[in-house]
Amino acid sequence: MQRNSNHTTIVTIEKVIDETPTVRTLYFSDHIMSNVLPGQFAMVWIPGINELPMSVMISKESGKAAFTVRKHGLASTGLFNIQTGDKIGIRGPYGNAFDIKEGRLLLVGGGTGLVPMMRLLTHVKPTDDVTVLIGAKSKDEVFFETLANELLKNNSHNVIVSTDDGSYGEKGFVTDAAEKLVSTSHFDGVYTCGPEKMMYKIVQSAHSRGIFVQASLERMMKCGIGICGSCCVGEDLACKDGTIFDGNHLSKNKEFGYSHRNKAGILEDY
Amino acid sequence: MEPSLATSIGKIQLNKPAMLASGILGISLDVFNRLYRSGAGAVVTKSLSSEPWEGYPNPTIFSVNGGGWMNAVGLSNPGATNFAKMIESNQNVPIMVSLVGSIPKDFEMMINEFKNCKVTAFELNLSCPHVAKVGLEVGDDPELVKKIVTTVKNSTDVPVIAKVGLGTTHYLNTVKIAIDSGIDAITAINTVRAMAIDVETQRPILSNKFGGLSGTPIKPIALRCVYEIASKYNVPIIGCGGISTWEDAIEFFLAGASAIQLGSAIGDNWINVFDDINKGILQYMKKKNYSTIGEMVGLAKKF
Repeated sequence: MQRNSNHTTIVTIEKVIDETPTVRTLYFSDHIMSNVLPGQFAMVWIPGINELPMSVMISKESGKAAFTVRKHGLASTGLFNIQTGDKIGIRGPYGNAFDIKEGRLLLVGGGTGLVPMMRLLTHVKPTDDVTVLIGAKSKDEVFFETLANELLKNNSHNVIVSTDDGSYGEKGFVTDAAEKLVSTSHFDGVYTCGPEKMMYKIVQSAHSRGIFVQASLERMMKCGIGICGSCCVGEDLACKDGTIFDGNHLSKNKEFGYSHRNKAGILEDY
Repeated sequence: MEPSLATSIGKIQLNKPAMLASGILGISLDVFNRLYRSGAGAVVTKSLSSEPWEGYPNPTIFSVNGGGWMNAVGLSNPGATNFAKMIESNQNVPIMVSLVGSIPKDFEMMINEFKNCKVTAFELNLSCPHVAKVGLEVGDDPELVKKIVTTVKNSTDVPVIAKVGLGTTHYLNTVKIAIDSGIDAITAINTVRAMAIDVETQRPILSNKFGGLSGTPIKPIALRCVYEIASKYNVPIIGCGGISTWEDAIEFFLAGASAIQLGSAIGDNWINVFDDINKGILQYMKKKNYSTIGEMVGLAKKF
């Protein structure tokens, strides 16, 4: 019988990898999640703790998928502390997917925003020339650099890391590195996921030059299916209309880059 | 002549009969405008309280095996004061403001917050089944219902609707008290108190354990309630509970509802559901030769 994506399926965590001191990847077997489109997410239930939206991370093994989580609040710390053998619930996949152009592509990821970028890399064509920009505060927060290079081994590619403090890779903000790239060379598509202020600048850099750009937005979510309204961004619902929006759409949205809603639904500034 | 989708719920006039139910998508004026453009006759806001509420931790909503939705969001809302500020600029959308509180003073204070807003009606939530000391716990207390409705009616000239549900006091008694206290209309029903347990982890799924069941499984129950209210009392009724198709909408009109509310159907079919239902109702009216919704209301009562 076909699985109803709105019903929670229980999976067992088979492997936990520490990416950084605050970021872990939890692997599990699930054929549906292993094949989701780049940018799609699942609602992840940590029994007894919470449920939160997570972009679905790739696994090198077929039939498997993962979640890469940074410990931050109660829910994400609950997921971070999950161990091999523990059970979690998943429903979905939800949300739309990146519209992947052909040619010269630029991917900009910050923190766990790199997760949908890694899945996107599994969908590029061998003829694409791909640049990946990884932004981090400092050296010990850098992850997925090796993975990005591995995934692109058959492509003309460049993986650039920039750290705010210069402790690894290029020194400076990833947004400045992206601005430099789009102002000096041609791109057919720019894709970004990470902190909203970062995405706002990336979208501005690309969109103002007429370059196709998409960003994957993060919002407080409860239902994931377009009824609770928690994730609204202007008149858009991140879960149902997104989470991926293009630059043209975002440039008209007065909340993108500026504000988000808290658990009570009150608009707060970033 | 083309039939009209316009309908009257007592003094309330709507251009279209399908409204957004409370609790669904109701925290942003931009989204209200979008829903109105999509064919909603009115939107009912999330239930607002005198202070902002965060609601319960997730999981708060999930799809039930066999159909329908279960939720215990816990009435998360930005509070009446914040919300009133947000909708002050509203011009176009018929907004019905849902209110939740424990004592008459809560409601009086909140209604005052909306004095500068264009509000089509207030809907008193006397029936949320999963938050203590408000909602159904208020609706189950006849004396409190009487005091709240009387206070609210004395605080505003805007029409006031009571949303009733299935609690420990018979809902028909709650309806009678509300009518005797001057209520303008009744919305029936709210979600039905329910729960679900995950067999693998052997624990209740909702963080609050208990929630409200909505969607197609409760439609026949909601329809029965509308029919019973319409048979017993002369009060305008808004039908709510599991309505997802135009046939469902017509059933509720025939049972005695002058308008309907949609919630779970949006989770199943997204916001196109308003337009789909409007079109279906129009087709039916043409086929049966009705020019107004009002001609159909309560027709099934004679059987």
